[in-house]
Amino acid sequence: MQFGIFTVGDVTPDPTTGRTPTERERIKAMVAIALKAEEVGLDVFATGEHHNPPFVPSSPTTMLGYIAARTEKLILSTSTTLITTNDPVKIAEDFAMLQHLADGRMDLMMGRGNTGPVYPWFGKDIRQGINLAIENYALLHRLWREDVVDWEGTFRTPLQGFTSTPRPLDDVPPFVWHGSIRSPEIAEQAAYYGDGFFHNNIFWPADHTKRMIELYRNRYAHYGHGTPEQAIVGLGGQVFMRRNSQDAVREFRPYFDVAPVYGHGPSLEEFTAQTPLTVGSPQQVIEKTLAFRDYAGDYQRQLFLMDHAGLPLKTVLEQLDLLGEEVVPVLREEFAKNRPADVPDAPTHSSLLATARRTEGARA
Amino acid sequence: MRLVVVSAGLSVPSSTRLLGDRLAAAAAPAAGDAEVRVIELRDLAVEIAHTFTNGFPGGALSDAFDAVTGADGLIVVTPVFSASYSGLFKSFFDALSVTDPDALAGKPVLIAATGGSARHSLVLDHALRPLFSYLRAVVVPTGVYAASEDWGAEGLDGRVERAAGELAALTAGPAAARPRPRRDSFEEVTPFEERLAGLRPAG
Repeated sequence: MQFGIFTVGDVTPDPTTGRTPTERERIKAMVAIALKAEEVGLDVFATGEHHNPPFVPSSPTTMLGYIAARTEKLILSTSTTLITTNDPVKIAEDFAMLQHLADGRMDLMMGRGNTGPVYPWFGKDIRQGINLAIENYALLHRLWREDVVDWEGTFRTPLQGFTSTPRPLDDVPPFVWHGSIRSPEIAEQAAYYGDGFFHNNIFWPADHTKRMIELYRNRYAHYGHGTPEQAIVGLGGQVFMRRNSQDAVREFRPYFDVAPVYGHGPSLEEFTAQTPLTVGSPQQVIEKTLAFRDYAGDYQRQLFLMDHAGLPLKTVLEQLDLLGEEVVPVLREEFAKNRPADVPDAPTHSSLLATARRTEGARA
Repeated sequence: MRLVVVSAGLSVPSSTRLLGDRLAAAAAPAAGDAEVRVIELRDLAVEIAHTFTNGFPGGALSDAFDAVTGADGLIVVTPVFSASYSGLFKSFFDALSVTDPDALAGKPVLIAATGGSARHSLVLDHALRPLFSYLRAVVVPTGVYAASEDWGAEGLDGRVERAAGELAALTAGPAAARPRPRRDSFEEVTPFEERLAGLRPAG
């Protein structure tokens, strides 16, 4: 099972000091957080993609390419790549380039984005969000699998004799996850292709997440990719830890209370009761995270949101120390217990390459 | 047969609640001894607000949404605030329609309001009726407005009886006018090939 972190890339004032980091500071902090993730033994770093303030990560492959050059094991990913408003041709090119530079240590997660004006800024219609995700991904899927593509669709200019370069590393297309909080259509899309499905699992109660994952698992089996239990599931999560749980609550509350998205809403206590947020000791984080398996089944990837709401870099790095040293080793051990042997790990470049070679060998 | 009263009254006791109770008492026997449940929005005010900040309804509000969605007929009553329905009343139906846009489609709804004077009685037709038309409910022809003075005058009981009778008749009406069972998007999946095919250019 893979463990990692995902970042939104928000530039938010620290509510305890009133200080707002500069864009440069935030971007460098994101890099420092990624390097720390590798240092403490995490597997994955994923960055969001946004095209409006107060967010900085508009250019994910630039950042991920830079991080790839400074790491050795970390898998670089996205949370998410906007399949609606980006040109699928450019996604195919950018991420294939990243795949080569990172020696295959990358994958990506498709998402629609939920910022209304981004659609018109990129010349798209938000009411076509689902259809854009479907058509654009269908093209991206072909661009990584067919050397020469003739294509015609509804939303983009046609392609005649187009070859997306560079071709994927070892002719193995990057593994793709599809992220969605509330759209069954996206779970269906992930199942159809046999791709991974990721639920951010942060803002919504567990019973909703459970239904999305069940749908994906059942449809994954329906499309013949394996049993429902073999589908590739990723979950988000959000934690804030101190050794003493009361210290964690005291320190995190001022950030929680005014946090973008859920601030000024329910109390910290109500929100932790209703959603997967955990604020407490490493042991509490371990217990709550292990319970995700009760509704998601044995899954492949767990990403934590650690660096938002204006938390200072120093605090985030301390959180990553706790995560890497005290939480993840226990999670690895516990999640491995009673895990059926036929539940696969998350696909990586080397596992996909091995599968491709086996398939080729069988054909020959 | 299930009738649900949604009351946005704020005081305890409340004349808005009282009007809702009188309408339910008149409608229930006419609708085949319908079971009546009253939802007081005052008790749900905080959860309603949190639905907008969180994106999902809390436990008690979810339960109220289920009751409203599953009802055979609704009686909705609001006090008049600033010449319209109260913000709490509107917020409840905003939160409901965000959660399930078809919650009120085809559902018989009796609209009612209370106010300090009769000057605002057109709130029924200028504010409540368009709201419930938009939500695709079947709005009962007679709405009931009760000003403070109506509680001590003749005529309110007659309007209550007439509106309640109309609501009962609609709940017993043809199937076409009855609420559809809620569509469950997790169980009715459009197969992916169909979605792909829908996007292919003609010719």
